[in-house]
Amino acid sequence: MVKVFIYPATSLILSDMVARFGHTPLSSAVAIRERIQTAGLESPPLQITPEEPKKGLKWAAVEVPSGVRGRMALYGPMIEACEAAIIINDADFSFGCMGCARTNELIKFLVRQKDIPKLDLNYPRNEEEGVKFVAAIKRFLIDLGDPK
Amino acid sequence: MTEYNPAYVGTVTRYVVVESFDITPADLASRAYEISKGAMIKETCFGLVITGKEEEVDRIIAELRRIDPAHIFIKDRGFPPGDSRRCRANLGGARPGYHGMEFEMTVIPYVSRGLETLVTVDENTVPAPENPLDIKKLDASLLKKLIDAQEP
Repeated sequence: MVKVFIYPATSLILSDMVARFGHTPLSSAVAIRERIQTAGLESPPLQITPEEPKKGLKWAAVEVPSGVRGRMALYGPMIEACEAAIIINDADFSFGCMGCARTNELIKFLVRQKDIPKLDLNYPRNEEEGVKFVAAIKRFLIDLGDPK
Repeated sequence: MTEYNPAYVGTVTRYVVVESFDITPADLASRAYEISKGAMIKETCFGLVITGKEEEVDRIIAELRRIDPAHIFIKDRGFPPGDSRRCRANLGGARPGYHGMEFEMTVIPYVSRGLETLVTVDENTVPAPENPLDIKKLDASLLKKLIDAQEP
């Protein structure tokens, strides 16, 4: 079972595909759950504390806005832990605010720097592309090794 | 500063999203209640939210998937169902994160079609999709040449 980073990290389709074909998807929900289930001081809504931008310094420089560094505290450990990655390149809905947009750029940059198997795709726009999309993901995940 | 005491520690929450002509969220909820041993199940407009111990949630999900494998999709969720920080009953408007799922729901029929096709077709015989990184964008120097060519 291989840890596969998915981008967009909130993607329902990628999360399902990776789990369906026997591997572990690394999605933002997993990182958020860790914080939501850890006791400490109340910091709603996501339990992101002032400590997170400090942790984010590992992946982004000090002059990078704290919003990006705080987000990187969620995604950075997952990028380090991942052994493969699937990236959808035309996920316009994940643009969000500038903090999200810049974090997305940094995430993609860091994933591309890593020497791991990567699959780049676009969302399918018709049934024919849907078949190719699923087949490409299935081939990629089977090639990663034995599923659970 | 207020102390934070989390609820449902040690549990996982997963969405079960159904996009099917044959199965409704109510059908799935009935089946999930039948086989559940202590998991919390909430029916929503798009499917279910299931919270409980990981093994129990996985067991329920594996059983639910069998009903319509190509049209039932699973995703992790960070918050438990009804959490006041996320639930739209408290916030108003769409739940944060819903718009991403709403967009993907427009694509899911194509993915379902792919899953159905690959039951009978070997994935190695299907041609690879176009790699988005191979699509070259307009080069800045070429754009400048085009702009210069338009000047009188």
